[in-house]
Amino acid sequence: MKPTNILDPNYFHKVVDCQWACPAHTPVPEYIRLIAQERYTEAYMLNWDSNVFPGILGRTCDRPCEPACRRVRTEEKPVAICRLKRAAADLKGDITPYLPRVPTQKNGKRIAIVGAGPASLAVARDLLPQGYDVHMFERDPYGGGMMRSQIPAFRLPESVLDDEVNLILDMGVNRHFGQEITSMKALIDQDFDAYFIGTGAPKGRDLDLPGRSEVDAHVSIGINWLSSVAFGHTSSISGKVIVMGGGNTAMDCCRTARRLGAESVSVVVRSAFEVMKASEWEKEDAMAEGIPIINNRPPKEFVHENGKLKGILFECVRPVRGADGRLSYEPSGEPDVFMECDHVLMAIGQDNYCPWIERDIGIEFDRWDCPKLDEVTLQSTHPKVFFGGDAAFGPENIIWASAHAHRAAISIHLFCQGMDLKADRPPEGVNLISTKMGIHEWSYDSAHDAAKRTPVPHVEKERALSGIKVEVELGFDAALAAKEAQRCLNCDVQTVFSERLCIECDACVDICPMDCISFTENAEETSLRTRLSAPALNLSQDLYVSADLPTGRVMVKDEDVCVHCGLCAERCPTNAWDMQRSILHIPQLGSYAE
Amino acid sequence: MTFVAKPKVHHPRLPLNELGLTRRDYEGSVSTLCAGCGHDSVSAAIVQACAELSLPPHRFSKISGIGCSSKTPSYFLNRSHGFNSVHGRMPSVATGANMANQDLYCIGVSGDGDSASIGLGQFAHIVRRRINMLYIVDNNGTYGLTKGQFSATNDKGSTSKKGKPNLYESIDLVGLALQLGASFVARSFSGDKKQLVPLIKAGLMHKGFAFIDVISPCVAFNNHQGSTKSYDYVRGHIESVTMADFIAPQQEITADYEPGSTEDVAMPDGSRMRLRKLDDSYDPRDRFAALAHVLERQAAGEVVTGLLYVDPDSTDCHEIMNTIQKPLNTLVENDLCPGNGALDRINASYR
Repeated sequence: MKPTNILDPNYFHKVVDCQWACPAHTPVPEYIRLIAQERYTEAYMLNWDSNVFPGILGRTCDRPCEPACRRVRTEEKPVAICRLKRAAADLKGDITPYLPRVPTQKNGKRIAIVGAGPASLAVARDLLPQGYDVHMFERDPYGGGMMRSQIPAFRLPESVLDDEVNLILDMGVNRHFGQEITSMKALIDQDFDAYFIGTGAPKGRDLDLPGRSEVDAHVSIGINWLSSVAFGHTSSISGKVIVMGGGNTAMDCCRTARRLGAESVSVVVRSAFEVMKASEWEKEDAMAEGIPIINNRPPKEFVHENGKLKGILFECVRPVRGADGRLSYEPSGEPDVFMECDHVLMAIGQDNYCPWIERDIGIEFDRWDCPKLDEVTLQSTHPKVFFGGDAAFGPENIIWASAHAHRAAISIHLFCQGMDLKADRPPEGVNLISTKMGIHEWSYDSAHDAAKRTPVPHVEKERALSGIKVEVELGFDAALAAKEAQRCLNCDVQTVFSERLCIECDACVDICPMDCISFTENAEETSLRTRLSAPALNLSQDLYVSADLPTGRVMVKDEDVCVHCGLCAERCPTNAWDMQRSILHIPQLGSYAE
Repeated sequence: MTFVAKPKVHHPRLPLNELGLTRRDYEGSVSTLCAGCGHDSVSAAIVQACAELSLPPHRFSKISGIGCSSKTPSYFLNRSHGFNSVHGRMPSVATGANMANQDLYCIGVSGDGDSASIGLGQFAHIVRRRINMLYIVDNNGTYGLTKGQFSATNDKGSTSKKGKPNLYESIDLVGLALQLGASFVARSFSGDKKQLVPLIKAGLMHKGFAFIDVISPCVAFNNHQGSTKSYDYVRGHIESVTMADFIAPQQEITADYEPGSTEDVAMPDGSRMRLRKLDDSYDPRDRFAALAHVLERQAAGEVVTGLLYVDPDSTDCHEIMNTIQKPLNTLVENDLCPGNGALDRINASYR
């Protein structure tokens, strides 16, 4: 293998598994260290800079970072990253001194943003400090988009949402709320310098089954129903409720129905439990509230008597794992099951939907009715029009909206300044700073903490179910946050090796608790992986290979299970190993914290 | 010198040995030696050898004298019995321990000061007595604990850190061991575990006195240009004559060797030691040739390593003295007091 180029920003970025997995590449270990130092405000701002909605995401994020966490591989359970983010938001002090200044003298460029959801708000936040005149158009009277309309208040309190949404709106967004844009052409005629479309995926899917049209009065589309609950148009539901679908919307629907007075609530899913799209903890929370989840039941028919819904007939299937490892379903042989119900909530998916964009104004759509976009710049086929969030590539999570927004904001800025969207795009970069403070002193807490994951306290079940606005998770207090923060392995404090200093004494090999380090003859990667102190079987994790050493061997470090304890550097007599913090530079318009 | 203890967390796929233990179960407390000290590599090699042999980690006596080397028994096998004795007196204590309990594996760790200076007399006599033990000398050619004076194994002409040459002849412990009748004599290098670990395994299983002189560089005081015990010097002048691979009784042999280049030596417990000759003309069964070869190459500035001599028909002190084949602490009154009849017979034999 060739020597590893550690100056490639991606190399050490990949070692920070959580940051690599995060669409917005939030510097997780750094903010966890700040929490450990009780610097909650700074921890919050580091998040705010990168993902824009720390308080909201700390409660609702899909957490791609957690399954990626190295602790899953070294021990068992990941660091509770998301809950720590929430702790930073809950415990923060006054953030105003840290906020970017918005110039009163504008730069003369007007930007139209359609939709006031997470992607739109994040674009506005990035553009405003650069002097852009931002106009935001929204159908609803409030900002927040799906964060307000689709996430129930027992998961995301209104005050948290309002704080983070208003923070951006108050930076000087010109609001055009409560009026629906019905024609993109008309908007383009207003001659803004650029347009950002962040209208989400507002169309819930329906099921065309026998009896569907007859029972229309008893069937609601999940996201529409949640939205009507959120805006106070619906305050109760009666009788037996069946929620169809296995995603997070289904979980929100069933838990909301439970709180609004349903006699009984069941979730029925066509697929197997383990492949449901809902997050693990969402499923756990629903079941903890006594809601059964019934799997492997595809629906066949809405049964009714003259338009009065009686129930749903389900087929029984069983999952079969194919040779490719994927599940398919075959009839289980059991008779069809009839389940009585009075109301059905459909939560089987949602799509982006832009009937208001005329198809003859230069914005092209693909065969799935998604806009044709450049994946890097998020520019549509109309040079002035950019997309982001769910409106861009279909439904994802809030964290993706933040990630898109940063990219779109850079594109809009380059476009408005007459620069090339690709050639002039700022590059990613990495900085390495030694953490060595003295003989046994590192500027990070290097010792490995074997503690188990800290469970988050919940409000008592009775109280949780008593109303739609009682937040279920109580979050970590300062003590619990401090305890959980210690579990972070500081994966951004990198083991950096200098071959010219190495005397090949083996001290690092002997002390490494995880058997990560080997000195061996060089070879092709597949062969090298089998010849290390411990075979490197996780192919998604890189090998760090040095240049040739005086004995003709190379140093090979398997990044897979390194706990970043720094003992290799402590034990190294020549400082050939050093623990250096890698600071990743993800391009963003004006980065406020470092 | 580290204050951060090695955490308990280990590689998720760390293999278990026949006793269901991992290599980590054979470690000791964290080393307080200088970072990069060769002695830590020797400790790691002992850990690896004992784990791979699936020896019970509590059935050892580990004995040492004084010096950096003699601190190391704390850093391996922390479930076993240890005795950090008086300077140069490890052989006496090891002799006593082995005489009292022959069921324990006995490892003595000493240094060049402990064995070649203050304890040279003790060393000579334990070799003669064939105590059944593995005697390891962590040989760095310097008194590291007292800041770098030349030790008795420091080669004549080798320089101090400040460039002053050593004016005295060095004592070669391998030569002494060969002369005094040791039945297993090896030399190795702390920076070469591929060689050292199999040697430790073979030495542990050898019946009789097994001696390994391990060149173990002192990074603080004897790892400079001009030193003949530095990592660079040893690597540049090493001459390996034989590799010893330890083969457990039922173990299948998977490695391919060139025909004629290997030779098996049976061990008392049914295991074998497979010798691989790296130098065709070298015969590890010939004590005098071994001595001559080592002295000759040494004079040329080379460091001869590998298994230098082994006597497959070796014997140990218990056999020589015809002692009872039990640990003394298991003897009960009947064993110790054979009764009046026996006493009468003994008395009668003197009449």
